[in-house]
Amino acid sequence: MKEENVIEADQLTKTFGEFTAVNAISFEVKKGEIFGFLGANGAGKTTAMKMLIGISKPSAGKAAVAGFDVYSQPESIKKNIGYMSQRFALYDDLTVKENITFFGGIYGLSRKKIREKREQLISELGLENISNKLVGSLPLGWKQKLAFSVSLLHGPKIVFLDEPTGGVDPITRRHFWEMIYKAADQGTTIFVTTHYMDEAEYCDRVSIMVEGKIEALDTPKKLKEQFKVDSMNDVFLKLARIPSPTLPKGKGENTDCN
Amino acid sequence: MSISLNNISKSYKKLKAVQDISFDVNPGELFGLIGPDGAGKTTIFRILTTLLIPGEGTATVAGFDVVEDYKEIRNSVGYMPGRFSLYQDLTVEENLTFFATIFGTTIEENHDLIEDIYVQIEPFKNRRAGKLSGGMKQKLALCCALIHKPKVLFLDEPTTGVDPVSRKEFWEMLKRLQKKNITILVSTPYMDEAALCDRIALIQNGEILEIDTPEAIVNKFPKTIYNVGADNMYKLIQSLQKYKYLYSVFPFGEFVHYTDKRDSFEVADLRSYLEKEGLVNISIEVAQPNIEDAFMELAR
Repeated sequence: MKEENVIEADQLTKTFGEFTAVNAISFEVKKGEIFGFLGANGAGKTTAMKMLIGISKPSAGKAAVAGFDVYSQPESIKKNIGYMSQRFALYDDLTVKENITFFGGIYGLSRKKIREKREQLISELGLENISNKLVGSLPLGWKQKLAFSVSLLHGPKIVFLDEPTGGVDPITRRHFWEMIYKAADQGTTIFVTTHYMDEAEYCDRVSIMVEGKIEALDTPKKLKEQFKVDSMNDVFLKLARIPSPTLPKGKGENTDCN
Repeated sequence: MSISLNNISKSYKKLKAVQDISFDVNPGELFGLIGPDGAGKTTIFRILTTLLIPGEGTATVAGFDVVEDYKEIRNSVGYMPGRFSLYQDLTVEENLTFFATIFGTTIEENHDLIEDIYVQIEPFKNRRAGKLSGGMKQKLALCCALIHKPKVLFLDEPTTGVDPVSRKEFWEMLKRLQKKNITILVSTPYMDEAALCDRIALIQNGEILEIDTPEAIVNKFPKTIYNVGADNMYKLIQSLQKYKYLYSVFPFGEFVHYTDKRDSFEVADLRSYLEKEGLVNISIEVAQPNIEDAFMELAR
């Protein structure tokens, strides 16, 4: 049997006026793979991700996510993926339980299923004592672990994580990655962006975007060999250094809403 | 002392944001506050920049008391808060002129201090600040914080969410500023940046875990760390977590960092245990600890 691709992008492009934010990127992500999506600020990561999760229509090219076409089936994509970002993940003014119930409802789970999942999730994360506390009162690391679990509630084929560990303490950051490994081991595909280069090393394969294009895509090991360096940080610095990132596109426009 | 904190505490209602914090920063020093979100870094910055009155304890900046002499402090420090706080609807040049005027100076008067940063944003001096990219906003904010030639510069998480290339550039700028006799207190959640500071304080949950040079903190690490690798990372971590002599295991790049409960042990024993667990391509080598190892050990 052919290995299943959960993402297939072919010459995917997005332009804003004369500016090309994403320039004909092509790649595949396999079932159960942990795929790192790296790039400097303004390189086009967020724009590319928005197209893949079905909230921004490409200007050209093709892409399918979880078997659905990004042009004609964005609603099906949204139902079949999980998404979590550093900026927004859960409602601070709802309790732990309420957040799980709310998102379960959004994903269309039955009441019975929501109840089951809620109990399972709370016990897995050891949140029994604080399940009636407002999420806003939890430490950031707990929030992020809960948010990740919530993004998996409906058993999506793939989950998109946009800088999930920013600002999280080093121990919790690693617990978070253990959760990622576990989900991937169970067959969920992980698509993750990060600015922590040690996290890039945890990925099965990594792509690096520079000025709208994918300039490198391989396993961390092979990328390090290719660029003759010891760490992903050095790979990144070699690739993304030119031209000056201070003057992105020579214009300094804000292109990715960062 | 450029900055001195003595037993500073601050609570917000029931939440103790910082507890009994004391440290000194020497003139011309680049001092890092290293810790995750919620550690209390911003509270310390706001106390030192006189925006918040400490609950307990005393602190001085450039010789001035943070409560009694707040006006003097405001004239002699530069502050770049974590959140972009310039005027989005003023242009680059208008923002800079505004801050210069507030402090009774001009862009020209202190041009040498900001020159090598300002040249990078000068081509866009007529662009509104809100329309700048993240890296450019950060550079403009730094220029505005420097425009009155402060004695002490406070930078609260200047590189958070910034990619590794721009982070590297930013730290190079800080090193150049330090040479111009400016004392710098900088905070960051990125442990790798700690090594770039003269001295650091590791901070978590409002308390300081350790203060020293980055080298000394790493040298104090009490255990031998092994880089352990195998084909399946998830299985490797699970197997190690079940190992009866495990002290700690954390993913670190392409390996995991493993420490053992025993003072000394045969690497071959660990290897045969992992082989029995069904792991292949096992590698076990002694590794150098780093700041992140030290932080995690101290935070245990």
